[in-house]
Amino acid sequence: MSFSIENYFSDQPKDNIILFYKGNVDSDVINHVLDSVEEKMVAVNDNPKLRKKVYNVLVESLQNLFHHVDKVPDDFEEQVEKYGLLVVRKVGDGYKIVTGNFVQQENMEKLEEKIKRINRSSHEEIKELYKFILNHQRISAKGGGGLGLVDIARKTGNKLDYAFVQYNDSYSFFYLDILVTEEKEN
Amino acid sequence: MEPIIIEGTPKTPTVKFDSAAGIFEIKGRSIPENSVEFYKPLVDWLESYKETPLAKTTVNIRLEYFNTSSSKCILDVFKKLEAIHKAKNEVEVNWYYEEDDEDMLEAGEDYESIIRVPFKMIEITD
Repeated sequence: MSFSIENYFSDQPKDNIILFYKGNVDSDVINHVLDSVEEKMVAVNDNPKLRKKVYNVLVESLQNLFHHVDKVPDDFEEQVEKYGLLVVRKVGDGYKIVTGNFVQQENMEKLEEKIKRINRSSHEEIKELYKFILNHQRISAKGGGGLGLVDIARKTGNKLDYAFVQYNDSYSFFYLDILVTEEKEN
Repeated sequence: MEPIIIEGTPKTPTVKFDSAAGIFEIKGRSIPENSVEFYKPLVDWLESYKETPLAKTTVNIRLEYFNTSSSKCILDVFKKLEAIHKAKNEVEVNWYYEEDDEDMLEAGEDYESIIRVPFKMIEITD
């Protein structure tokens, strides 16, 4: 089977998708996505607490893409600077936000280590980790603060679901699967 | 000192730093991709204010959303205020959060635990 970024979704429900985007993630795209999802949440009368959580998680996911994506492989069909994928789907009493982006092999380990560290931490530990990074780490040359994933885990109270799908010897496609519900799970 | 007055946009907050009254306000949404660009002038301004501050400075933070990149810049703002406070001037931070917004309350508590300046947590009810 040849690589397709949509394969990941082939066995997942297609209903209730409120937003699907793939392509360059620039500032205008981020604005547009945020406006559009916010409007839809207001239209279906989601309560403000859930709306705020979803909005916050969307901001962090999109800006993670904006600040951190690796350049696309040379043979990839869409040669843009910051290629990313975003799917927002309504599920039960919350929303599922999936992002996808290319990661170079040498950056994979560090990313996975970061996620694993977050996932084995309790809510209290995540809170402390957030404060530690806030107080000790400077904003990187790429413009990120290193807090995005920690913030997502903290606000949702959920583990970060993720997958690396190999694209070729030097690249994988990274999927991050986030569930946002009104109340924290733990 | 000239005050700072910046109108808010969908991604950046309204800012009013009134040096004559000693009342500083940041209000709205703070979710720019490049938060340093937005906050650096504010931090620089506070650095100058620090030289001749009023006896009392009141800071009102009333944010609806802020991203993690802003959170570091907001900490830099607070660090300047901490220095003013340390130099024996009165500084008070009023941290507003909307009813039920535990995340925003917790964010305020994070700063309160890092910065040695009195914080007041104020719930907005309508």
